[in-house]
Amino acid sequence: MSTGTATRARPVPPVPAPPSSRGARSGLPAFGFLAPFLILYLAFIIGPALYGLVMSFFNTSLVKPGLSGFAGLDNYAEALRSPDFWSSLWHTVWFTILTTPPLILLAFLFALLADRVARGRWFFRLAFFAPFILPSAVVALIWIFIYTPVIGLAEVTLGKIGITAPVWLGSETWAMPSLAITTIWWTLGFNFILYLAGLQEVPRELYEAAAMDGAGPWQQVRRITIPMLARTTTLVAVLQVIASLKVFDQMYLMTQGGPNFATRSILQYVYDEGFTNFRVGYAAAVSTLFFLIVLAVSAVWFTLVRRQEREV
Amino acid sequence: MTSQRDGRAGRTGLSRRDLLRSAAAVAGLGLGAGLAGCSTPVLSGLTTGTDKPDSVDYWNLFGGGDGVRMAQMLEGFRTANPGVDLSAVTLAWGNPYYTKLSLATVGDKPPEVAVAHLTRMKSMVRSGLLQELRPEDLARHGITPDKFTPATWEAGLVDGKAYAIPLDTHPFVMFYNTEVCEKAGLLDSGGALTPLDSPEKFTDAMARARKVTGAFGGVVAINSEPSTPWRIFQSLYSQLGGQMLADEGRRVVLDDAKATRVLTFLQSLTAGGLFPAGVDYQGSIALFAEQKAGFYFQGEWEISTFQTVGLPFSMTLFPNLFGGERYAVQADSHTLVLPRQPDDDPARLDRSLLFVRSMLDQSRVWTEGGHVPSWRPFLESAEYRAMTPQSNYAAAAEGAAYDPEGWYSGSGSNFETVTGSGVSTVLGGQQSPAAALAQIRDKLTALATTASPI
Repeated sequence: MSTGTATRARPVPPVPAPPSSRGARSGLPAFGFLAPFLILYLAFIIGPALYGLVMSFFNTSLVKPGLSGFAGLDNYAEALRSPDFWSSLWHTVWFTILTTPPLILLAFLFALLADRVARGRWFFRLAFFAPFILPSAVVALIWIFIYTPVIGLAEVTLGKIGITAPVWLGSETWAMPSLAITTIWWTLGFNFILYLAGLQEVPRELYEAAAMDGAGPWQQVRRITIPMLARTTTLVAVLQVIASLKVFDQMYLMTQGGPNFATRSILQYVYDEGFTNFRVGYAAAVSTLFFLIVLAVSAVWFTLVRRQEREV
Repeated sequence: MTSQRDGRAGRTGLSRRDLLRSAAAVAGLGLGAGLAGCSTPVLSGLTTGTDKPDSVDYWNLFGGGDGVRMAQMLEGFRTANPGVDLSAVTLAWGNPYYTKLSLATVGDKPPEVAVAHLTRMKSMVRSGLLQELRPEDLARHGITPDKFTPATWEAGLVDGKAYAIPLDTHPFVMFYNTEVCEKAGLLDSGGALTPLDSPEKFTDAMARARKVTGAFGGVVAINSEPSTPWRIFQSLYSQLGGQMLADEGRRVVLDDAKATRVLTFLQSLTAGGLFPAGVDYQGSIALFAEQKAGFYFQGEWEISTFQTVGLPFSMTLFPNLFGGERYAVQADSHTLVLPRQPDDDPARLDRSLLFVRSMLDQSRVWTEGGHVPSWRPFLESAEYRAMTPQSNYAAAAEGAAYDPEGWYSGSGSNFETVTGSGVSTVLGGQQSPAAALAQIRDKLTALATTASPI
């Protein structure tokens, strides 16, 4: 976050630690220190994930002890045949499409503007970052209030300037864009801070040199800032895609997947099947399928980062 | 971040900043635990089942005004039974509650007594999660079938056996603004609302109320909460004698003619501008509270909301638009159930039933929240009849149309989501009744043909 990171991160010579630290002796103490983390990680992440994978091959019920009968690949087959699975998967993808580009472009734009501000930069940092620290429930309440038909802030304000507002959360067409707007307002700050940090790492001399060579502000942005921020952009893009794919809170709190299932995300489908319908085996199969999708996205990220690192 | 990446700081041990940071993290965790402290399912999960003599663990799902009144009743029990150590846990309404209750019982750590909706209780019985309440045990505490509203008691039986003690019936009702209705000429000389028991009278009343409010005649929640559209649909559809499911949910028996009639009528209300076509639960409350609608349709539990804002309003039975001689209205009941215990302990059973009886005896407090009591000793008392508007719609208990039986049905279930979502598209004008019915039938059939996880 601070400028110090850039200057202090890499001055250390490539002789990192005394060679003895690689000896066999240090292995055990290291595990000792890692144990608190490892035990919790195994017990609460790896263990349940594996159990979930096992469950996905069984007709496991929430209200019965044990795994129940073996289902083979039936749960997966049912998911792939279910129109509800595909429609909720599409809703998640649609949400990702609606939120990712604005969350990258706007974050970059605002970071660029905030970086140019000479005085009171703290104010802009705070202003853009503040919504991000709010819990999802608070964000939902604020925006439900704004989107309320007839008497809500959005409809009344637009009405005053002569625009007929849509039924934000109540129309199948508008509900998802409305949720996307809420999400952009809420989470923009995170990407904004990443970009701001990236901007502060760009050496000032480059701009000076460019200015002396007669480059205008727009050329400076295009030829210096954007290329220098390429790694930040990759990071922001992938973190954003993964965060958007994992969407659940906003829909669950603001529309409950409605109207008429138009905003039911894949994770809510898992919730509906697993917890409301007690079919945790089937829900586990759906989440495994979804896990594979997120895994594929992450794999693409790794290839991109690898390539970039080779280029540097 | 800097210090972790900086090799030197790593070797000199904890920096002061790290120490402060971890202290803050620990404090944060403590605060989180403290906030959750008011209803710690984890703690109660760990403590339930340890053999504390004379203890009763009680789980419920009541928030808002109901939560306040329930706390008052629990205090009443504690005062009357100082020897019993009662610990009550309130969990979030709906699925989170039933999930936890089921898992606690499956994991042999159930509470002694729990609240369950009548329409959810049956699935729990079929999963073997509840104790049968034997007549002789109940009789020891003066709890006998004849002391309950017959319709409510019978609705709660599974294969003729009792598993739940109904505390109330909470029907879908009609709230009306008395000032608006008076200006609209809808009140008789005694101040009572003129009967709206036909589609024509109903529509006319909404039109007159709209003239007074300048915005809408009536309002019902459409978006974000599929249960409400389901409730208004089920009320009218049951008045026509319609059924949704048969064979414990394995067959969809939706009656197209009856359902179309109901949906067409509902659509005429929003299409004609008498009702708003896109309003959510909170929005519907706001419109009625701000007198932008003269009528409001919801479960009676919203009584406290409007009392708090000091609105001039009253409540009555949801009108009988289609029923003629037969009255029906969507309703559910809060019941008290005894989850299956890992061991048989007659003393614990008696303690639990003592608690149940105490709740029934405090029906008066509970009734203030709008619910129709099912405990006849109070229901038939002069004290209850004097309670208005609560006693105006007591007849709803006899005409209660509960959600149909099925493993995927009941309060807050996917059945309600599926049907309610379909109905909401009709109310919102996005789909024709025929298209919505086809959608409901498709989705219900998918559920009906899925093997039951119970």
